[in-house]
Amino acid sequence: MFVLPWIIGAAVFLVYPLFMSFWYALNNIRLTSEGMRFTFLAQGNFTQILLSDPDFLPELVDYLLSTVISVPVIVVFAMMIALMLNEKIKGKGFFRLIFFLPVIIVSGPILNSLTEQNAGTISVIDTQAVTGAISSFLPEVIATPIAGLFSNMVTILWYSGVPILIFLSALQKIDKSQYEAAYVDGASGWEMFWKITLPSLKPMILLNCVYTIVFVSSNDQNKLIGLIKSAMFSGTSEKGYGYASAMAWLYSLVVLLLVGIFALIFMTRKDRYEKDARKADRKAKAERRKVLKIQRRQARHAKKYNRPTVR
Amino acid sequence: MGTRDRNGMIKLIAIYGLLICIGFIYLYPILYMISASFMTLDDLLDSSIQWIPSSFNLDNYRQAGASMNYGNSLLQSFLIAGLPTLCNLVACSLTGYGLARYKFRGKGIIIGLIILTFVLPRQITMIPTYSMYANLGILNSVWAFIVPAIVAQGLNAPIFIMIFWQFFRNVPQALVEAAKIDGAGHFKSFFSISLPTAAPAFITVALFSFVWYWNEFYLTQLFVHGVLVESSLTTLIIQLQNFNTNYSSYAQTAASGATNLNESIKMAGTLIAVLPLMILYFVLQRHFVESIDRTGITGE
Repeated sequence: MFVLPWIIGAAVFLVYPLFMSFWYALNNIRLTSEGMRFTFLAQGNFTQILLSDPDFLPELVDYLLSTVISVPVIVVFAMMIALMLNEKIKGKGFFRLIFFLPVIIVSGPILNSLTEQNAGTISVIDTQAVTGAISSFLPEVIATPIAGLFSNMVTILWYSGVPILIFLSALQKIDKSQYEAAYVDGASGWEMFWKITLPSLKPMILLNCVYTIVFVSSNDQNKLIGLIKSAMFSGTSEKGYGYASAMAWLYSLVVLLLVGIFALIFMTRKDRYEKDARKADRKAKAERRKVLKIQRRQARHAKKYNRPTVR
Repeated sequence: MGTRDRNGMIKLIAIYGLLICIGFIYLYPILYMISASFMTLDDLLDSSIQWIPSSFNLDNYRQAGASMNYGNSLLQSFLIAGLPTLCNLVACSLTGYGLARYKFRGKGIIIGLIILTFVLPRQITMIPTYSMYANLGILNSVWAFIVPAIVAQGLNAPIFIMIFWQFFRNVPQALVEAAKIDGAGHFKSFFSISLPTAAPAFITVALFSFVWYWNEFYLTQLFVHGVLVESSLTTLIIQLQNFNTNYSSYAQTAASGATNLNESIKMAGTLIAVLPLMILYFVLQRHFVESIDRTGITGE
């Protein structure tokens, strides 16, 4: 059994910690010399986090807004780059080299030290002007994350390394004959993109959205994560392991919710053609049922009047 | 934007222009880092100097390297990233193979769980894992990374399992059948038929795994370096994160011309922290890109 190591691993490193972390979250835990001392609090940790923690909720809202805004940007950007890299151009290898480089470099401390030096912003674009323009016609709640997006443009774009890879490999799998057929039928490049490329990239879009959310969520720059860790090791009596576990649970639920929402958006919106096909299918089925019904009735009648069946 | 045989001139120019512009924006931080890392303090303050330093100054590197304890950290980085990568390769390829080749009950549940482990933030299992490691006595050692990797629970292992799964699914079934008829067992057919064809998948996973372990700061600090009690193990990334304190302690002890910390020194430190990865990438990139083309990294 090849999967056995994984099953063992999942039991030890996934299922057990999950339960324990839930148990922790319901308790106040003090580290004493003879081990951990549990005090059962039920939902106490959660209410405390939600009602009286000064940092958690604002950070959570911040995180949500910035993720919701930056994920589409990253994915669309990645798709653009992938489309361009997929063209027949010279120096493809060189450009690929450039665009995959961030995959290697992206990591919290490095991004930190780069943003500290303001190397994360594009000096060519005047971010101040952009920020001002945005905040003048949008409410502040939405304007701030968008402005943040612009001021960290490069680092956000850097997240798109892996999505570019995924899109690129998906693009190369698209059957070329589809394009040829469309070309013969006189489709323009624009139409081909919307009718062929985009539908076949759809599963990859979902995958990339999920990947990006996960990546942004578990990135070292995410302040919530730092919050959880500092709660874990804070010496105060009301925080500690239990409090941090509760925080982690809340945070995880939010992330899962976010992923779920994105998944719903991309899964429910079916293709128009698919819908049509399904409709036609249903119609055909109804028709068939009708025919069967009539046949059955005929058979019944035939039996009743003892006549040979007419079919 | 479709793929036609013949590209118009204007379109080509547009694509090149866009690629070069975006490429520049993309590389801007790196270029900035390189240029700033050579500057002396005077160059930094001189507003007439934008990109090209007035002299080729290697002193920043010397100081950054010394304060990060470069040789030692480099070795340990390789150790801490390399060993779990090996374990990852073995465990994830086995799991991926098992998923691709055999049908068994509960397979759907396992796949669901794998996806769940990918989506679920690590923080949720972090705290019990931490105390579990502490009880097992593997906290603050490399084992804290190796043990989960052996059972395919390492960093980003779900992605690697998906890659292997996807890849082994594409290995022609007929080959395996033929081997079975010739009397090869399950392991024989795995090692002598599926493994040799999986080289691209192995390269991809190895590189990704190495890079992600190398760049992992949060878990490394928590499990290997230690938070409350620091172990002697450290990586370049951790040294970089703690650069300010490291540098000040270096500047205190060594009277070797250490000045105040300036951004050039910090940039030099950042650069040498990623330099090994960049070298690795430039050496391997041809294989890497090719193997990605062939693996089809895509799950789903």
